[in-house]
Amino acid sequence: MGHELRVPHGRASQREPAIPEINVLWITQGLGCDGDTIAVTAATQPSLEDIVLGAIPGLPKVNLYHPVLAYEQGGEDFLTAFRKAIRGELDPYLVVVEGSIPNEKIKTEGYFAAFGQGDDGQPITTCQWIDDLLPRTWAMVAIGTCAAYGGIHAMAGNPTGAMGLRDYLGRDWKSQAGIPIVNMPGCPVQPDNFMETLLYLLYQLAGRAPMIPLDAEGRPEWLFNATVHEGCDRGGYYEQADFAEDYGSPKCIVKLGCWGPVVQCNVGKRGAMAGIGGCPNVGGICIGCTMPGFPDKFMPFMNEPPGAIMSSSAVGMYGRTVRALRSFTRTSLNREPDWRAPGPQLTSGYTPSTYGDRGPR
Amino acid sequence: MSASNGKELVEMSWDPITRIVGSLGIYTKIDFDDRRVVECHSTSSIFRGYSIFMKGKDPRDAHFITSRICGICGDNHATCANYAQNMAFGVKPPAMAEWIVNLGEAAEYMFDHNLFQDNLVGVDYCEKMVRETNPGVWELAERTAAKGAELHGFRTIAEIMRSLNPFEGSFYKEALHMSRVAREMFCLMEGRHVHPSTLYPGGVGTVPTHQLFTDYTVRLMRYVEFMKRVVPLHDDLFDFFYEALPGYEDVGRRRILLGCWGAFQDPSACDFRYENMSHFGRKMFVTPGIVVDGELLTTDLVEINLGMRILLGSSFYDDWLGGEQFVKTDPLGNRVDPRHPWNQTTTPRPQKRDFKDKYTWVMAPRWYDERSGEHLALDSGGGALARCWVTALAGLVDIGYVKATGHSLKIYLPKTASLPETELEWHIPRFSNALERNRARSYFQAYSAAAALYFCERARDELYAGRTATWHDFKVPDEGVGCGFHEAVRGMLSHHLVIRGGKIANYHPYPPTPWNASPRDSFGTPGPYEDAVQNMPLFEENGREQFKGVDIMRTVRSFDPCLPCGVHMYLGGGKELLVQHAPRFGAHK
Repeated sequence: MGHELRVPHGRASQREPAIPEINVLWITQGLGCDGDTIAVTAATQPSLEDIVLGAIPGLPKVNLYHPVLAYEQGGEDFLTAFRKAIRGELDPYLVVVEGSIPNEKIKTEGYFAAFGQGDDGQPITTCQWIDDLLPRTWAMVAIGTCAAYGGIHAMAGNPTGAMGLRDYLGRDWKSQAGIPIVNMPGCPVQPDNFMETLLYLLYQLAGRAPMIPLDAEGRPEWLFNATVHEGCDRGGYYEQADFAEDYGSPKCIVKLGCWGPVVQCNVGKRGAMAGIGGCPNVGGICIGCTMPGFPDKFMPFMNEPPGAIMSSSAVGMYGRTVRALRSFTRTSLNREPDWRAPGPQLTSGYTPSTYGDRGPR
Repeated sequence: MSASNGKELVEMSWDPITRIVGSLGIYTKIDFDDRRVVECHSTSSIFRGYSIFMKGKDPRDAHFITSRICGICGDNHATCANYAQNMAFGVKPPAMAEWIVNLGEAAEYMFDHNLFQDNLVGVDYCEKMVRETNPGVWELAERTAAKGAELHGFRTIAEIMRSLNPFEGSFYKEALHMSRVAREMFCLMEGRHVHPSTLYPGGVGTVPTHQLFTDYTVRLMRYVEFMKRVVPLHDDLFDFFYEALPGYEDVGRRRILLGCWGAFQDPSACDFRYENMSHFGRKMFVTPGIVVDGELLTTDLVEINLGMRILLGSSFYDDWLGGEQFVKTDPLGNRVDPRHPWNQTTTPRPQKRDFKDKYTWVMAPRWYDERSGEHLALDSGGGALARCWVTALAGLVDIGYVKATGHSLKIYLPKTASLPETELEWHIPRFSNALERNRARSYFQAYSAAAALYFCERARDELYAGRTATWHDFKVPDEGVGCGFHEAVRGMLSHHLVIRGGKIANYHPYPPTPWNASPRDSFGTPGPYEDAVQNMPLFEENGREQFKGVDIMRTVRSFDPCLPCGVHMYLGGGKELLVQHAPRFGAHK
């Protein structure tokens, strides 16, 4: 019958990706906490399995080299891919960097961040790995605020000179494919934000999407254009100048230290994962963890942001007025129309002629 | 190759170790003739310096900052910091807040143990691995029926192993999915995983509603049903290794030296006053304590606190003795040692790695036992083992859903959609070894789920009684001290805070990994990873050329290493690693 040889009619709809295969080399050994890696294991849109098992059509095959998820036990078995990539035997590849980059130049010996062992028996610094992988990489993705901008480990008083990848490589750095550093800030990153960005890059690699649109801080535009406040389900309280005085209140918490009105992040709208949780939408002040100025420019976190003092009082009169008007309207709307009542008379406005004579009314 | 001198030792290292959180290197010397590890060094190659950059910061920021220490159990840090802040600020959160935190932390244990056990550790026991390292064991697994088949659905041990194959095995995938469900539960209570958004000193920002507890409960019951299958599955798997490889109890075995700092506050007892800490510690729903050689030494958090000593040993730091002593006596008037975390000053000195001298960024926390005068290198048993052991022995917890009997833990799981009510019982094992650390991890997942059912009921009591406040105001004092004791998923966790001039004057977190992954201390005592690996027998069937080091890796992973929290271990063994034929006898120090 030749049944098994028949080519499905619809296969014509499928396009081979322009590049059939990509190797993803993930470095978790910046100054970080692996929190972005763990966050990504929570992603479902798409999930890591979706990508690794090829569940989405038209993408290059993805080979993931990740220290937390690897089958290998570690050491050289695991590092083989990294060494091959440096030797030019693993093209094309994409590097994901997690954790901030220490300044290894500020001391005479030793290391702040390293993995693997060099020929001299000493640890190989993370900076060295990045330097060596840089020339051939198709793209560099900085996952989490530490890798993107420095984050917590780069706060004032830090002993390591920590910085973000773009501070280390220079703001104008571009890969051979012409792609600037792709920054995926968040502490930790919102899981689906990262995975859908990776998906975008895979579409781009497959020849199915144009250059990834990044803003001036290297963030995917479609994810970071809006502020927390613009997507916050407590924004209505702000508009009505109805501010919480205690944590645990369902009202707007801007006076308790929330920076949502000025911070670019979609977690309030998208949730922490699977549409659940978040920050100000569930009672957590926004501490600006996606921003290049994090954390120093937001500390002390539990103080009202200086700008909020002015803007929240500016909305005061307007907010109180609309709140009063809305309260009035709401009271009215909470009353049903008065024709909904039992009794012998219909008062809805309809005059029946066929209901029979019930006698004088 | 005579027995004493002239042994052929092979250096093998695993740097970095995979399937753990953070960057750890393990360097070993192995005697392949005797099939035994002769020497092990554990090394960490990351330094961030939290205790340095926290100085001078607002004490209210401590939990936001310290959460970032760890990317898998950051919330444990945030919670522990809150405990220390509450003590220093003199604030007692409303009961509702404590139940919400307990529910969040329970979800964290459920998620984290689940992900680590079945997606990271599980790979060491999966079909692919066992076939490559122990073909004989695989053959036996195919012929061995699984006792709990009716519950978990896998007829043979080989089927269980196959289901653990990374990314493709059915149980691997199911576990990953359930870890997401548990994280959703977490996010309901603490806002965001893994760095929570709704925790504060004085309480939480979470809004307690009927919806909140409903959303949590329906997910919890799915997890409870999952547990009814997972615990028997792991029992079958780990029991099989004892049968298949006689002597496997010596893999990762060390002296019973377990510490647990307690988890889940009871708001009826806990006011966060240091003076009351011995009492409220004993009321925690996981009991704090120290077990040495099977004997429960103490359950007193004040005693535990005062016994802490931070030794530098083989780490890259300068000593602080002779420097400033921040806290000379505790609030009860007890003398505080200069090597106590309250008095520590961190001064990093980056340098070359030298396994004969300084080789890691991890310090060496020890617990000083006045009775014996020993500085005990306690471990956490990967967290779950110490929690179960201490709680079972102490016999203080009885909340219906969980009962500590003095020799075991009874864990009650009510009826679920497709499985009847079940009571699991965890028994104190004979050994502190790799398999028992892993087994306890499964049982503690069930423990957390059962405890969460109790916390949900208490939270609903508060809700329906109208006690819905979740936060209490406070003032930051000009001067003060605080300490928090908690259990990170992988073990004992403490935060020590000193406030001066309204700012942080000193802050030292001690997570489990510094305990477990510590290097040789100033007395030459190796840290627990090193100790557990040194002298352990090897059962892998591969010779030196193909050696994967699976037994060593099972040992190290059984502790649930989490290096962002402070450990780096180096396990030797990759093929291309420098292989040295060392005619040196007594290569270990």
